[in-house]
Amino acid sequence: MRYVKSFGLFWWNYVVGDDWRVAVGLAVALALTWLLTQHGVNAWWLLPVAVALLLIGSVRREAREE
Amino acid sequence: MRTDVLLFVTTFFASAVEAVEALTIVLAVGVVRGWRSTLVGVGAATIALAAIVAVLGPALRLIPIETLRFVVGALLLAFGLQWLRKAVLRAGGYKPMHDEAAAFEREREEAGAASRGAARMDWYSFTATFKGVFLEGLEVIFIVITFGSAQGRLGLTTAAAAAAVVLVVAVGIVVRGPLERVPENSLKFAVGVLLTSFGIFWGGEGVGVEWPGSDLAILAIVGFIGLVSFVLTGRLRRRRLAVTPAEGHA
Repeated sequence: MRYVKSFGLFWWNYVVGDDWRVAVGLAVALALTWLLTQHGVNAWWLLPVAVALLLIGSVRREAREE
Repeated sequence: MRTDVLLFVTTFFASAVEAVEALTIVLAVGVVRGWRSTLVGVGAATIALAAIVAVLGPALRLIPIETLRFVVGALLLAFGLQWLRKAVLRAGGYKPMHDEAAAFEREREEAGAASRGAARMDWYSFTATFKGVFLEGLEVIFIVITFGSAQGRLGLTTAAAAAAVVLVVAVGIVVRGPLERVPENSLKFAVGVLLTSFGIFWGGEGVGVEWPGSDLAILAIVGFIGLVSFVLTGRLRRRRLAVTPAEGHA
């Protein structure tokens, strides 16, 4: 049981880490890009912009909390 | 060709960072508590890692490349962005810099304080080095597999990781101390930019994006993410400098 828990914890840290909002934001950005490409829009610009905004938001939040 | 070079460089430096962290633990424990159980721990972790590679490697060939790219891209994006976020906060002065010399001293003190017991096998040394090598090694494996399988260049990424580990271990044996001269924080910043950029590229391909300029788009993404990170770090530093004197007067 202990090993299952530490395996789960490893994956949680690997995927989610310190800021769960970033992980959720990435999932939303990927889903939106998929939706747009399914409707014939080549939304190559969406992911880089979303990632930049998520990075800025997360870093600013942590800096403000200090 | 350009993608191959970028792939090699990214895997090499990402693996080197993990190897430095593992080696710091091994050296600290080995110096204080002796090398026998420490090296048994390293050997056991290496066997466990080899078993994981033996299971994961053939299984990857059964997954369609589009699915693989999506999963790999999404995972790499999540992992890379966390890495980059921490690197920006460190460079901006909002997180303490990772100091291998301090980590080495901390490990050494912990190893010295732990009781040894009467058994011939020193279980503290075994467990500490097994955990350190296994966890850092697991990260190297994920980097090698994700990068290699998404681009169909598993041989290249394996070679890059092996070269990084061999180099770090060779330097570690020569200096017999923490690898504090390795500019780990700058490396982490650069690796964070690269991991995030590859994550965007493969994640995008996985959800159906056709990148303008095909593989060359990776260079543009690296440039864009690098620029955003540098500007953000600069702003954080200025903000930190503006806040620190005010705190001093309070």
